[in-house]
Amino acid sequence: MSDTVTERSTVSEAVSERAATGRTGRTTGGRIASHAVMALMAAYFLLPFWWLLVASTKDNDGLFGSAPLWFSGDFKLFDNLSTLFSHDGGVYLRWLRNSALYSVVSGVGATALAALAGYAFAKLRFPGRNLLFAALLGLIMVPATALVLPTYLLMSEAGLTDTVWAVILPSLLNPFGVYLLRVYAHDSVPDEMLEAARIDGAGELRVFRSVALPAMRPALVTVLLFTMVATWNNFFLPLVMLSDNDLFPLTVGLRTWYQSATLGNAGPALFNVIVVGALVAIVPLIVAFLLLQRYWRGGLTIGALK
Amino acid sequence: MSVVARRPRVGRQAVAGWLFVAPFTVLLVFFLLLPMLYAAKLSLYRSTLVEGEVFAWLDNYRQALDDPEFRRGVLRVVVFGLVQTPVMIGIALVAALLVDEVTSRFSRLFRLAAFVPYAVPVVIGTLMWGFLYSPNTGPLSSVTDVDFLSSGTVLYSLGNIVTWQWAGYNMIVLYAALQGVPREVYESARIDGAGAVQTALRIKTPMISAAIVLVTIFTIIGTLQFFTEPLILQPLNPGAVTNSYTPNVYAYHQAFSYQQYNYSAAISFLLGAVVFVGSYIFLFATRRRSALR
Repeated sequence: MSDTVTERSTVSEAVSERAATGRTGRTTGGRIASHAVMALMAAYFLLPFWWLLVASTKDNDGLFGSAPLWFSGDFKLFDNLSTLFSHDGGVYLRWLRNSALYSVVSGVGATALAALAGYAFAKLRFPGRNLLFAALLGLIMVPATALVLPTYLLMSEAGLTDTVWAVILPSLLNPFGVYLLRVYAHDSVPDEMLEAARIDGAGELRVFRSVALPAMRPALVTVLLFTMVATWNNFFLPLVMLSDNDLFPLTVGLRTWYQSATLGNAGPALFNVIVVGALVAIVPLIVAFLLLQRYWRGGLTIGALK
Repeated sequence: MSVVARRPRVGRQAVAGWLFVAPFTVLLVFFLLLPMLYAAKLSLYRSTLVEGEVFAWLDNYRQALDDPEFRRGVLRVVVFGLVQTPVMIGIALVAALLVDEVTSRFSRLFRLAAFVPYAVPVVIGTLMWGFLYSPNTGPLSSVTDVDFLSSGTVLYSLGNIVTWQWAGYNMIVLYAALQGVPREVYESARIDGAGAVQTALRIKTPMISAAIVLVTIFTIIGTLQFFTEPLILQPLNPGAVTNSYTPNVYAYHQAFSYQQYNYSAAISFLLGAVVFVGSYIFLFATRRRSALR
């Protein structure tokens, strides 16, 4: 395990080294063919985004009456945006705020709890540690979707359904994050520094905060990012837990609009509002994704080791 | 002296250790262990009008296994997995081999483009494709007469959505595995006269077989739990995407459209157990394999 970890940390160096030596495809023909295949695939991956961008500049008539992949008619993006934020009494803005609230609270909370537990599993000796960690490994593969229904029933007995806690509390649990941070803490937090801090008279919480946390920072950012995005994107859990429109996150809210628009029971069709709503919902994710690429990829490769 | 001095410190560590893992353990109990046991219990009971909740042994499971709708749903996700998984992993593998072989500005851009769909919520990815499939709002109707949302084609359309969303993610995982292979292996192949395509197929692909198996398993696990995409597309053609389209969709509708909580719990539990046991068998098998290498 530790071999692969060190191997991975040299990956980026290997990449830049290869770029520097300028290793190219072996034949010009092969190089052109490779680029053609990549261009074709890139077009496929980007097509829906292009469509969304174009469609968000059209009104409802333009959406249904003009060529889907090119601009046409008046530029309606700003009209659509203002309809989006005023439709249904401005409920979209509430959904946006809810999504942000759920993902920030769950992300920060889950990361903090996973950091404490992961560090303890890696570096502290306490009775029952191995047993508890084995239980965690045993439960890590329980599929989340199978738990949604019983969690809902338990929460409703506790009177917590249709509150923000119904979404936040289950999202705080991240067994894989604990596992990942345990692995990372095991390799990256030096025992001598822990020991030195203890000899200096620091309490265990202080040792954790001043020695362990800084050493675990890259993995913490990865776990934070993944939990936040997972909560932002989550659909099944809030769909089941919430029935109050005002508590919906974006995913559930947009689905209700889409459902009533396609089934045609919402009065005037609001497809253009849904389109621009989808655009506004993914812009923060794409910006975060582009800015924080390094951490995404780091998380994926660590995840692949599971 | 050191023994005497260390003893209280170990005691302090034990207390700290327990305090550190306590919040997580509480969550694990309340939001994983307890719901799991509760689902198991529910699945063994039946609610009747006369007697209320009665213990019904495995009746719910028997009903599920005999239920043609449930069986069709299971068959559907299995067939879906068998077709969609190899297609997507194939695309991901080709893409990973390409970005591993070709170093250019464009290949770096391509890596980004392939990965962006993964950053989009499944709900919104499915919404976008729903618009693209629709003959009224999508570009596809000008190219072909195929109805992408009919009962015969919608499974393929769903497969395309999943492929679009996850191929780039799998590409990155496979690409990372390729980067972990020592470069000398390829150099010696080149000296032996192997071309780029030959190297890719005969050397690189076998070298990362463990990673390929792993992404395949994760894909199958996801497929068995197929839920969001069919639920979102359902209003576009409720006749094709039925309330029992996949086991999870079925469990959801049993609970929230028909209030059949016990039956729904049995379906969830059955599905969860299959996924759970299956993942451990596969993980164990692959671990053995990588240890043997």
